[in-house]
Amino acid sequence: MNSFLNTSRPPVFCPGCTHDRITKSLDAALVKLGIPDNKTVIVTDIGCSGLFDTFFNVHALHGVHGRALTYAAGLKLADPSLNVIVTMGDGGMGIGGAHVLAACRKNLDMTLIILNNFNFGMTGGQYSATTPSDAQVGSEFLNQAEIPMDICGVVESAGATYVSRISGHDDGLSDELVSAMQYKGFAVVETLGLCTGRYTKRNQLTPKVIDQMIEQRPSPGGMIARNQRPEYGERYRQLAKEKGKFPEPFVVKKQFDMPDARRHEVVILGSAGMRIVTAGDMVCFAGISGGLNVSIKNDYNITVLRGQSVSEILLSPDTIGYTGIESPTVVLALSDEGVARRQKIFAGLSSDTYVLKEASVAIPDTPAQVEEIDFKAMKIKKTDWALASLAVLASQKRVLNKDMLVFALKSRFNEKVFNLSMETVEKIL
Amino acid sequence: MAFVFMEGNEAVARGAMAAGCNFFAGYPITPATTIFNNMLQMLPPKGGTCIQGEDEIASMGYCIGAAMAGKKVLTATSGPGISLYSEHISFAIGSEIPLVIANVQRLGPSTGSATRGADSDIQFMRWGSTSGAPVIVLAPKDAKDCLELTVHAFNFAEEFRCPVFIASNKEIGMTKESFDMDDLNLPPLVERTPYTGSDPYVPFAADPDKAPPFLPIGGKTLVRQTSSTHGPDGYITIDPQIIADMQQRLHTKLNAAMDRITLYEENMVPDTDTLVISYGLTSRAVTDAAAALAERGRPVSTLSLKTLWPVPESLLLEKAAPFKRIVVIEMNLGQYVNEIKRVLCGKKVDFYGQMNGILIPPAKIMEAIENE
Repeated sequence: MNSFLNTSRPPVFCPGCTHDRITKSLDAALVKLGIPDNKTVIVTDIGCSGLFDTFFNVHALHGVHGRALTYAAGLKLADPSLNVIVTMGDGGMGIGGAHVLAACRKNLDMTLIILNNFNFGMTGGQYSATTPSDAQVGSEFLNQAEIPMDICGVVESAGATYVSRISGHDDGLSDELVSAMQYKGFAVVETLGLCTGRYTKRNQLTPKVIDQMIEQRPSPGGMIARNQRPEYGERYRQLAKEKGKFPEPFVVKKQFDMPDARRHEVVILGSAGMRIVTAGDMVCFAGISGGLNVSIKNDYNITVLRGQSVSEILLSPDTIGYTGIESPTVVLALSDEGVARRQKIFAGLSSDTYVLKEASVAIPDTPAQVEEIDFKAMKIKKTDWALASLAVLASQKRVLNKDMLVFALKSRFNEKVFNLSMETVEKIL
Repeated sequence: MAFVFMEGNEAVARGAMAAGCNFFAGYPITPATTIFNNMLQMLPPKGGTCIQGEDEIASMGYCIGAAMAGKKVLTATSGPGISLYSEHISFAIGSEIPLVIANVQRLGPSTGSATRGADSDIQFMRWGSTSGAPVIVLAPKDAKDCLELTVHAFNFAEEFRCPVFIASNKEIGMTKESFDMDDLNLPPLVERTPYTGSDPYVPFAADPDKAPPFLPIGGKTLVRQTSSTHGPDGYITIDPQIIADMQQRLHTKLNAAMDRITLYEENMVPDTDTLVISYGLTSRAVTDAAAALAERGRPVSTLSLKTLWPVPESLLLEKAAPFKRIVVIEMNLGQYVNEIKRVLCGKKVDFYGQMNGILIPPAKIMEAIENE
């Protein structure tokens, strides 16, 4: 193929605009590269650089300002065989800064061409992240209070594996684009150019001045030695391959007759680190093995190693509707923090409610039946109090029995943990 | 009986896998994070891709790219994430990109309460995009629904090439429940229609009531995709007729299939004068309340909507017709009730809503029904 340009959609840039030269250089580069048209996609966003995809007969995706790299990453991950080219202006680079940094860190095999023309051409020449502080722009004095960003410096420090800076008027541009596209990894090419419609009307910027700018801040020259590492997609697929088996859902069949097959509402009041959530799950597994429907909600702090840990469990022979606790049948009071979190429920408990309270825990006045147990005296560690209180329930055949508890522990734990937990259970049962 | 025991979020992930989802991108946010965690366990062993985006905007961007390369994609977030998804939701609506968004709602506004449930975003999901073109929103009531409706969501996304929301809630997503796998009722899978014509592919050429046939970016035939107002050829257009036709088609493709999109449950009790309408997990408390009222000799009928958007207008008109009074219960201060009032214009519609971080208890619902 001798050109990928879309003859029915010729470029429409302002006379003298560097974008026009870059379009032709990109076409020449694609011809030199020799990749079929349907193996290349051009991804663009908003602004004059966002017109690029329409000028080429290749796959095209044009999206929202600054987000082109995110679509490009999705395409590349979905189809690693694609030659993915992203064009973005200094505007898109600014608004999509987080995506530029993430793309540098990831190192997917894509080419980002940043068409830096120092302003927002399409909306009236407002200042961008690369506008010099002394430039005359469409946003009055605002650029004077900021400094421009060094794109190459930023992407290099963010981990880009290939970085270069080149004038859009440089005869070597198409060759530079070829090496960027041939490079396996994330290649960033910053082109400097003229926005004749806006920027050069008020600023003395010429191809010669651009050459001087590049002399002052030379191109990093392509491959960045210190950033070299495997391409993201290949690394990702290699790591993903090492992932274990698909986690099938754990299926429990009814195998026991529940000693007390009625609706139960169980509340476990404890603290972080007391394995409250695990104990809650045990009650549920036990309930399911007894043919009951179950639901469980847990309430714990976002700082997971501190504060209350509360489990609320429903067990019912009927389908569970409302999943809130209305009238608890069993309350396990295992820490003051947990009790404080549900302080209000104690006064409203019924006289049938069974409260098991560890000796060190204080609870508000309640009409419920309260039994106190001194786990500490039994030399049971605090982390096992929740499990031990389930053993107490099993010993009374309340909510669950010993077979169900053992079944639950076996289902949830590996052999080592199971044996350890049985040591605790056997202190009670 | 073969019971499984999982939270709603895991059920969404299992539904996605059952639907053939092979790409996920998301950003951690309570209470939706465990969907991401589950997908990260489930996708790699099946050869799928699961990515953590640098933010929510990027996550949706990855999904859009992957969907255009032919993948079946899922993302998951909560209200603050939906805010950030907004620009890409608009893109996916207007440019007909199939994707499924699980929104595990939490109490808003803004960052609100990360660990407190509410049906906060019922109108936001429908209207949180530019142009007013429609999306599909499905509301599960429990973990089993999460699994089933996610499969429906993928089917709808594929067929209609639009974003489909799962309107979950912290109280479903992070509540673990048992359900019988044998009771699962999964629909047969629907895949997006590939273009098979002999004429050159025109990416947005479609019947006036259908989504266009699909070809992936990266396939043999060149594909154009754009977020800008486009004609059938995928190029920007300013032709008023072409624009009008495209805009209309985005509405018509869903409206024409309303009957198939409409999912619901009902319990119509003979000789009752009140119909209680609800959705999501609130409908479970409504069921409890209705059972308790029936015992007291004050039976009511119930309608639980699973498809919230597009509003199932003919269903509402048909089901409400025999009743003197409609009571709407919502876990917010009144969002969907506005749609019901609009559709059942002239009917007596009463409302009870609550937004305090806790579930609406059946007793409150009974009170609302009894206080005429």
